[in-house]
Amino acid sequence: MTSLVDQLIVLVMLINFAALGSGRLAVAIRAVALQGVILGILPVLIHSFSWHLVVITGGLILAKGIIIPWLLTGAIVRARISREMEPYLGYVPTLLIGAITTGLSFVFAARLPLAPEHQGLLFVPAAIATLLTGFIVLVTRRKAISQVIGYLMLENGIFLFGLLLTEAMPVMVEAGVLLDLIVGIFVMGIIINQISREFSSIDTSRLTTLRD
Amino acid sequence: MVAGLLLIPLLGALTAWFIPSDRGRPWTLPITGALHLALTLETVLSPAAPSPGGWLHLDAIGKLVLLSVSILFFASGLYAVEYLAYRRERPNRLLCAMLPVCLSAMTLVAFAHHLGLLWVAIETTTLTMTPLLYFNRNARSIEATWKYMLICSVGIALALLGLLFLAYSTVVARIEPTLLLEPLVANARLLSPAWLKAAFVFLLVGYGTKMGLAPLHTWKPDAYGEAPGLVGGLLAGGLVTCSFVGLLRAYQVCMAANGTTFHRDALVLMGLLSMATAAVFMARQADFKRMLAYSSVEHVGILAVALGLGKGALAGALLHLVNNSLTKGVLFLAAANIHRSYNSKRCEQVRGALRRLPWSGGLFLAGFFAVTGSPPFGLFVSEFSIISSAMTQGGEWIGGLILFFLAAIFLGMARTVLPVVMGESSRIEHTGYRDRFLTVVPPLILMGVVLMLGLWIPEPLSRLITEGAALLGGNVP
Repeated sequence: MTSLVDQLIVLVMLINFAALGSGRLAVAIRAVALQGVILGILPVLIHSFSWHLVVITGGLILAKGIIIPWLLTGAIVRARISREMEPYLGYVPTLLIGAITTGLSFVFAARLPLAPEHQGLLFVPAAIATLLTGFIVLVTRRKAISQVIGYLMLENGIFLFGLLLTEAMPVMVEAGVLLDLIVGIFVMGIIINQISREFSSIDTSRLTTLRD
Repeated sequence: MVAGLLLIPLLGALTAWFIPSDRGRPWTLPITGALHLALTLETVLSPAAPSPGGWLHLDAIGKLVLLSVSILFFASGLYAVEYLAYRRERPNRLLCAMLPVCLSAMTLVAFAHHLGLLWVAIETTTLTMTPLLYFNRNARSIEATWKYMLICSVGIALALLGLLFLAYSTVVARIEPTLLLEPLVANARLLSPAWLKAAFVFLLVGYGTKMGLAPLHTWKPDAYGEAPGLVGGLLAGGLVTCSFVGLLRAYQVCMAANGTTFHRDALVLMGLLSMATAAVFMARQADFKRMLAYSSVEHVGILAVALGLGKGALAGALLHLVNNSLTKGVLFLAAANIHRSYNSKRCEQVRGALRRLPWSGGLFLAGFFAVTGSPPFGLFVSEFSIISSAMTQGGEWIGGLILFFLAAIFLGMARTVLPVVMGESSRIEHTGYRDRFLTVVPPLILMGVVLMLGLWIPEPLSRLITEGAALLGGNVP
């Protein structure tokens, strides 16, 4: 069982690179969706069966695997864009930075004062790596959609860490967190549509009217 | 009681959504606000009963927050009637439905003693306000909305990570994992110090982004500048207060854990940085609504410094929280009146508002004196108590820096406000928007309350402040 879990977590980290290195937005959206689905499956594999877990897994797969990708794909179809044209930083440099941060997160995780039963698990470095990759995507891309993808990866990283303590979070709170996340992405999708209508592009580097 | 306070706004929102006429719909806002305020007063004056499981409990801090949010919402709702009647060209269904939902979420913030639930409530306030920033449907407001949404979402996500760290500190300490405030405070000394520190850092950055502490404030001038006045007032007076509650709860746990100087230094540093940023950007501000955003950055800075100082400054911080939220209401509503009358918020175009709008101009001027901490207004009392407690507990240089920044901010803000209010009448055409009863009375009420808090603090309120400060000082609730 643990080997399957480990393989899935490695897959999560590989998806980080897919999202970092791909210029095609549709690919990045699918990659993050797949990452979300894997994160949805993981709780069932690590913890013993409970209805609590079923609800979370169902909700996560529905939200991250179906609803959010559908919203984002709709947004890029309506805005008629398919590629991230000119990121602030090229794909090769961002991939390199991604590789370095992933390596560093292993070093960092080994030094964390974790509970003994969590020592040496892949969760923690994977969580840090995914979180940081999300940050890299957020700050190096221009398109509003790419920034939403970065935000989603950041959330995935946080969720991965949250897997260490499913008992602390009652199901109601987790449902609330999930709902807020979906509504947030939904609102972002609407704003992206408005941006593309107003500026005939979703390039956020054009959003520079307001400054001091 | 709890159910009533949470459900009344939701019912108001539902009613507003189904009223077909744009003219009649805004009346649901003051009615909802009045009912909520009446129930709030009753709840605050009666002793609190904790809910089973300890999830919802209105302690002294919650009461103060609920009170200021409810008063501010009532005033903004009353103001909305005449404002939305003037702006008939814009559909107002979304605004009238979202504002009460936000009120309900803010009420939940005041009640929540489960930190996860508190997070959900704070995030809900962010989400409900997002569509309202885009009320004016133009390129500038969409830009502001995008920045607000993205930066605040990332911030609040980091706060969630902070909460997970907090929960993990119980796992490492081998006590039952929980995010309920009471057990966390009671067992605070057992929590793993390293994880608690990490949790505090992420919560400070996360909720600090939402509050607008420098250097995480970048979304604020844009959002406050482009939002309609009443939305801006609720952002600066309501949402800021709510995110500060998130920080206060983390602070409670850290102080109960015998907080090291690290927590306090971080708060003092960020607070002073915020005040410095405000002082610099206030001096050369060409847009009076953006200026109000920097004033908000200044005041969250003061709140953070006061928390960092601790002890005697805590009571000052709580009083300042109430004062700040009400004064921001005055300033934003008066600024909105001036903005509408000139159809501009550029300082070089708007001059001599006192002659064109005697009431709004006067209120804007009075609000300026209040917000910069001049006597006899409430902010003078709270700032004075914060500074004097800094001086007495060996933080002379902190007190000195606060005084210096306050003076710089006063001068910078005066340079913007005085010409707008007093200057020569500008040639810019009058839009026909005049002071009316319902656009003047709401800020006047808020101004009256702020003035009262400067002269005399009612006994129940001062008791709440003392109790709240004791909670923050690390006492077990």
